[in-house]
Amino acid sequence: MARYDRAITVFSPDGHLFQVEYALEAVRKGNAAVGVRGSDTIVLGVEKKSTPKLQDSRTVRKIVSLDTHIALACAGLKADARVLINRARIECQSHRLTVEDPASVEYITRYIAGLQQKYTQSGGVRPFGLSTLIVGFDPYTAVPALYQTDPSGTFSAWKANATGRNSNSMREFLEKNYKETSGRDTIKLAIRALLEVVESGGKNIEIAVMTRDEGLKQLEEAEIDEFVAEIEAEKAAAEAAKKAPPRET
Amino acid sequence: MKLDTTALDSSAALIPSIGGDGVFPAAPSFDLPSCDDFDGFQKNAKETLKHAKGTTTLAFIFKEGVIVAADSRASMGGYISSQSVKKIIEINPYMLGTMAGGAADCQFWHRNLGIKCRLHELANKRRISVTGASKLLANILFSYRGMGLSIGTMIAGWDEKGPGLYYVDSEGGRLKGNRFSVGSGSPYAYGVLDNGYRFDMSVEEAAELARRAIYHATFRDGASGGVVSVYHVGPDGWKKLSGDDVGELHYKYYPVQTTPVEQEMAEAPAA
Repeated sequence: MARYDRAITVFSPDGHLFQVEYALEAVRKGNAAVGVRGSDTIVLGVEKKSTPKLQDSRTVRKIVSLDTHIALACAGLKADARVLINRARIECQSHRLTVEDPASVEYITRYIAGLQQKYTQSGGVRPFGLSTLIVGFDPYTAVPALYQTDPSGTFSAWKANATGRNSNSMREFLEKNYKETSGRDTIKLAIRALLEVVESGGKNIEIAVMTRDEGLKQLEEAEIDEFVAEIEAEKAAAEAAKKAPPRET
Repeated sequence: MKLDTTALDSSAALIPSIGGDGVFPAAPSFDLPSCDDFDGFQKNAKETLKHAKGTTTLAFIFKEGVIVAADSRASMGGYISSQSVKKIIEINPYMLGTMAGGAADCQFWHRNLGIKCRLHELANKRRISVTGASKLLANILFSYRGMGLSIGTMIAGWDEKGPGLYYVDSEGGRLKGNRFSVGSGSPYAYGVLDNGYRFDMSVEEAAELARRAIYHATFRDGASGGVVSVYHVGPDGWKKLSGDDVGELHYKYYPVQTTPVEQEMAEAPAA
């Protein structure tokens, strides 16, 4: 097995590209990220590891905008992310120049995935060690969209998805609790999913909300705490309702 | 069998070398024309034979969409090489391009544009806009700038934003507009077109305006003539409306007046 995992361009006898799978391992070690698509709002949430006291936390933005109507969150190697994000930003502008129209979310996802795939089929390079969650509103139809790409270069559209650390538990939660939401409910669903795997509190979560009219807005810590408090209250009420049996008249 | 290889011998060895010394044979060379400017002396001859945008094409946007019209004459200097050239090129069922300048250049690049538009449709699951298509062509033409392409074209179509009309040329220029006429007959066509244009015309009125404009251009411009083709681009795509010979159109617009006869010749009574 050791002989097939050095070079990216070598298949193993049972059809694996080990370097790509190891890249997926790197993603699994990255911070948790979640994305939820509502009818008029799309929410991206990322786990924020505790910032060292001397670090300026504003420079460590994990949710970035690629264009005025497209945003991206990722899990995995942050340095690789920077390179991919820069290329995607250039492609967004290049698309605007060549066809005089903003790029659709699907187009830019296809571009990023294509880039990730290229690095699985070249000599002397390694794959990008990150999975991305790309969200945005289609410039023509105003339909919200959420896409995910991974180091192998595959991409698909999702109603809600999670990647990075503990993504399986988050995805299970989302599968159980997903329903069509809008506005504040979408934000709450995303935060609830993140809270499954992250310590509670605005300090440890970064949330960004994208709407059609206002673009991408990063929520302040205070706003996140507000949502968290609401969620905790709802949870407590649900617990209480379960414990106390309904009175019969 | 010994092969006869005398033909392969370098003849330079037999001639006293012009340029080389007696020991080494001169390098192979060919005759250069004996004039000052041997790079450009053929330019005049080539220019005469070029189409040099001898044509009249026009297109305009109005309430019901886009009207595109063109003549069908091809000329090489003073020689009319064809009276039946298709100058309106069907890029795809909802986009048209017009031809002015080099026929081969226009035909090839319009077909190439059609290919690119179809690929865009397949990759993005939506039709390309007229803006995007014209920009693709303009970028290609810009990259060939200075290499001798001669194209003056209008891209007309109907996309999600409604009717679209762009002028693109081989200098790399690209203009968005509501009314364009391209070619040697364009001044005459503009005169009629600008005079008679209203935004809210019916399709028949607009087609008749386009037909008259091209006819008048063919009347005065020697490099335009043949048949006037008129197309209409609507929300469901383009449709060819008419193709009229300009000779016949002349007599339709200016029928022969019967002049009063002063003396009529009568049959001489049989003697």
